[in-house]
Amino acid sequence: MKVKTCILRAAGTNCDLETDHAFQLAGSETELVHINRLKRKERDLANYHILVIPGGFTYGDDIAGGKILANELKYNLQESIREFIDDGKLILGICNGFQVLVKAGLLSGDGKGREVQRITLTWNDSAKFEDRWIYLKILDNKRCVFTRGMEGLLYIPVAHAEGKFVTSNDDAMRQLWANNQVVCQYVDPQGAPAEYPWNPNGSMDAIAGICDRTGRIFGLMPHPERHIHPTNHPRWTRGFRSRQGEGLQIFKNAVDFVKHNL
Amino acid sequence: MEWRIEVRNRPGVLDALGLGLKKDIEDLGISGVTSVETVQVYTIVGDLTKKDILRIGEHLVADPVTQEYVIGDGEGPKSRRGQMVVEVAYNSGVMDPVEESATKAIRDLDIQGLESIRTAKKYFVSGRISEEQLDRITEKLLMNPVIQHVVRERETAHLRTADYTFHIEYVDMEHADEEELKKLSIQGQLYLDLTEMKAIRDHFRALGRKPTDVELETLAQTWSEHCVHKTFRGILEYEGQIIDNLLKETVMKVTRELDKAWCISVFEDNAGIIEFDDTYNLCFKVETHNHPSAIEPYGGAGTGIGGVIRDPLGTGLGAKPVLNTDVFCFGPPDMAHEEVPRGALHPKRVFKGVVAGVRDYGNRMGIPTANGAVLFDERYLGNPLVYCGTVGILPRECSTKEVRSGDVIILVGGRTGRDGIHGVTFASSELTEESEMISSGAVQIGNPITEKKMVDTLIQARDKGLYKAITDCGGGGLSSAVGEMGSGVGASVQLEKVPLKYKGLSYTEIWISEAQERMIVSVDPQKIDEIMSIFESEDVEATVIGEFTDSKRLRLTYEGETVADLDMEFLHHGVPRPQRRATWSQPTHPEPDFEDPQDLTPSLKGILSSWNVCSKEWVIRQYDHEVQGGSVLKPLVGVDNDGPGDACVFRPILSSERGVIISNGINPKYGDIDPYHMAASAIDEALRGIVAVGGNLERIALLDNFCWGNTDDPAKLGALVRAAQACYDIAKGYGTPFISGKDSLNNEFSDGERNISIPHTLLVSAMGIIDDVTKAVSMDAKGVGDVVYVVGTTKEEMGGSHYYALNNFIGNSVPQVDPVYGKKVMETLHRAVARGLVRACHDCSEGGIGVAAAEMAFAGGYGMDINLGDVPLGSAVHRNDSILFSESNSRFIVEVSQAHQKAFEETMREVPCAPIGRVTDAQDFIIRDSKGRPVVTSHIEALKEAWQRPLRW
Repeated sequence: MKVKTCILRAAGTNCDLETDHAFQLAGSETELVHINRLKRKERDLANYHILVIPGGFTYGDDIAGGKILANELKYNLQESIREFIDDGKLILGICNGFQVLVKAGLLSGDGKGREVQRITLTWNDSAKFEDRWIYLKILDNKRCVFTRGMEGLLYIPVAHAEGKFVTSNDDAMRQLWANNQVVCQYVDPQGAPAEYPWNPNGSMDAIAGICDRTGRIFGLMPHPERHIHPTNHPRWTRGFRSRQGEGLQIFKNAVDFVKHNL
Repeated sequence: MEWRIEVRNRPGVLDALGLGLKKDIEDLGISGVTSVETVQVYTIVGDLTKKDILRIGEHLVADPVTQEYVIGDGEGPKSRRGQMVVEVAYNSGVMDPVEESATKAIRDLDIQGLESIRTAKKYFVSGRISEEQLDRITEKLLMNPVIQHVVRERETAHLRTADYTFHIEYVDMEHADEEELKKLSIQGQLYLDLTEMKAIRDHFRALGRKPTDVELETLAQTWSEHCVHKTFRGILEYEGQIIDNLLKETVMKVTRELDKAWCISVFEDNAGIIEFDDTYNLCFKVETHNHPSAIEPYGGAGTGIGGVIRDPLGTGLGAKPVLNTDVFCFGPPDMAHEEVPRGALHPKRVFKGVVAGVRDYGNRMGIPTANGAVLFDERYLGNPLVYCGTVGILPRECSTKEVRSGDVIILVGGRTGRDGIHGVTFASSELTEESEMISSGAVQIGNPITEKKMVDTLIQARDKGLYKAITDCGGGGLSSAVGEMGSGVGASVQLEKVPLKYKGLSYTEIWISEAQERMIVSVDPQKIDEIMSIFESEDVEATVIGEFTDSKRLRLTYEGETVADLDMEFLHHGVPRPQRRATWSQPTHPEPDFEDPQDLTPSLKGILSSWNVCSKEWVIRQYDHEVQGGSVLKPLVGVDNDGPGDACVFRPILSSERGVIISNGINPKYGDIDPYHMAASAIDEALRGIVAVGGNLERIALLDNFCWGNTDDPAKLGALVRAAQACYDIAKGYGTPFISGKDSLNNEFSDGERNISIPHTLLVSAMGIIDDVTKAVSMDAKGVGDVVYVVGTTKEEMGGSHYYALNNFIGNSVPQVDPVYGKKVMETLHRAVARGLVRACHDCSEGGIGVAAAEMAFAGGYGMDINLGDVPLGSAVHRNDSILFSESNSRFIVEVSQAHQKAFEETMREVPCAPIGRVTDAQDFIIRDSKGRPVVTSHIEALKEAWQRPLRW
């Protein structure tokens, strides 16, 4: 079957082309779709299997990163997003896209359509934008379809100012863990939880990415689409060379899931 | 109805911004502040109910997890117990970057009746400080009076602007004498000199009419130094010879004589264009935005990068921006606050503001910033330099433009306001302590999202062939953009059609405003609907404002009345070309007389810790240097991703292995001895950067950016001539053409008593192409036992060196360049790199062999043991410190594995090259003299610490 991915654009989206490239390498057909086309019904989400909200600074991060686009999804596209999720399809949010998913309440819902925002992404402890490579530990998480079968550490960069993951209270955090929603954590090169700079923003429990209760909606701050080519690795000249960039597997998993399940 | 919402963090949530401010306050030397809390204030005007406001608070402005909001209901700034409070808001007429998106977001919530929304920041400062200290904190950290003010009482979000009543203004100059003409130029902020004013007076005398104000403004803008480069293109008398057009006789002459087939467009369009592959071309432009950055560092630098991004976008039929570069020159950041002259901002504030401005604009545009430099000198104090560059990629068939009469002029992007009135004439003048006051209209705050939307839609329109020509509205605004684009045909513009940010602008203000984020396209009338629908589909504003004609005249109307009718010939070719005198005499500086020290370790550490050499990681990490996904060699390399790379390499086309290399060369210290050798060294350094990472001299294009003091001074003009002559000699010798450039003159600052001119500063930027990026080489040492070579000869060239600077000397023996020899060295080294024989390669520049080798060692996490006795010398050098720290050009430090040692030496046999030591397992960095006695001994971590400490902010 042909897998079709909708790469959502809005004013200020800026990682759309490399995300597009990653999905194409992973075997999907792709289309860059501006949100106005969805709102004006010139495009219909029902025609796609995967919805991606790429990185960038939608609406300039004004008010708060991802907030304005999140509201558009929440108040202007509510029904088509709901149907998309109910059809068993996949949503991926990277960096600014993760902020959007979180603030639209799509990752902390109860799985029955009630979306409550009990988590957020706020200013880095360093109070500034930082671009650095980090080690991600992919947790043994049967739930998230994007990281299925992936083991060990994933080496990809973060580049953000508002990426500190926080929950509204301890209960919200406990539930995330209890529901197997924590997908990846910032760790040191040996794979152990660590402080800044390994945890680049001060995230609670060093959380870098989570999925919703279905495992089909996944958001993360780091950028897997920036480690697609072997020379993306900051130390490829020191012998760190793989056949493909380490980030590609996430996109392949998504495409494979669609092929086998939809 | 007016509402006020205040948003603050919930108790217990870390206020990271407040924490950063607390640290900045400590840096100011004010102790006693225990905490700073930041509060975001929104003032909302419109026919909104309390329910609407609650909805905005609940669902938009406050984060439900970390923040809470209160409806302030018109309350002004109020202090809480034990806290002092400062509220800072934008001045009336200054664009609030949040307004547009917040307005849209409120609409998305289905709330009607909004009229305007403004933001402000409120700071609660706790601790024991005095009112005076609070004022100082406010003045130094919280606001800049050029764009902001402290809110003293309740303010309205209504913009108070008067209606504009149209009437044509004429300027009476027919009988004006010299004094009156001079006065007219100064009062009108025209910055035209007397001969130019006379030429204009005579032109209109002959026509038998008075010029209108907008005609005079158009001439002042078109004839400004910023736009026509009167100095570079003028007639000079230098050392008994006449130079007619210095630019054509030097920089452009190289390109003409080299006549490279891969140079597609040079010195014509908004950026120079070269070939990339069978499908694409590349273009590159570097600009400066010095004067605005001196006054408002954040806004000035942001609009600097925003402006240069529009250069590639306005080149050919538009290039997609793929890389930004930035090079800054500031005063020393550790300068005592009392020493900063009136009218100048503290260098640390300028530095931080400039970095933040470039960061926020470049990152939001989604363009990686991956190459640059930061330099320091006391003479940049009141007049910092902010160079911003952008590389773009465009389909080969989109590399030319054509303006046809009958096509309509469409203005795309941001709205027009009073921002940036007189920007180019301001840029062409000297800064004084009063600049802050008289020129505040010249400072702007950018809105990168407006620009991003515009880029996205223009590229779509380009690919559908919907326009025939494009250019940016940069310095000089519409006047410059339309005037230049229509210079060959004629143009007619209906100024009342230009969409405005607020009412009250006169026709002249509309025409010369330098409001950001605007482009002009020339469109076939048949295609208007199609192109408009693309802009509309992504919420980009676009308006037909006029048409290109065949009249060879520039005709402006306002509501049907003609306000300007200028002959294009006079406008573009009528500027007088007076002859100016340039002189040159070689200065002599005292030569050092100290002994060669036994232990050079402190000197090495001292140079590593100097502001110019030290790690710029604090800057680099704040830039997104890998968005777009094509980074190959990042600005920071090595075992801990923190060593100083020589040049960045990236793949603009993700499906291709072909890469672009960008590097730069700049060293104003040499200019204090001889600007000729400064320019020569800058070119050599830029080329070394490209070759060091695997590039090849065959395909390198150069850009020149001269920043100079006031060239009315014959000596400074002479220095400029010498630098330009070196550009010709050296680039010609290396076979590397210049494709574009820019100059910024009059970089001086006066505080009423002293006049400080910047040092002569030439930035040379280089762009190279690498066929296969997997052949690129980084600078970090990679393997124990590998052999370390010096390629190129070392001479007694200590003049202007960092070692001399450390010892408070300048000296005279400035490094020189022999391009015939240098070319051979670089070509030969490239062959070795291309054959895969080189494991690491580092450009040997500031701080000489000592710094280059140390950087390679600590970036790689290995030690090194090298012997100065083995260094190939180009002349007799008797001192260890000279060998170690001389900054001779055309040199590299190269690491080669033992397996490739023989093949490497064989490849290099015709150029000076010698093994000087090895990479070692121990983490000690040891340099020995010819007798084997250590002159430098240090753990690499200690060297790295010396290098990283200064800018670990």
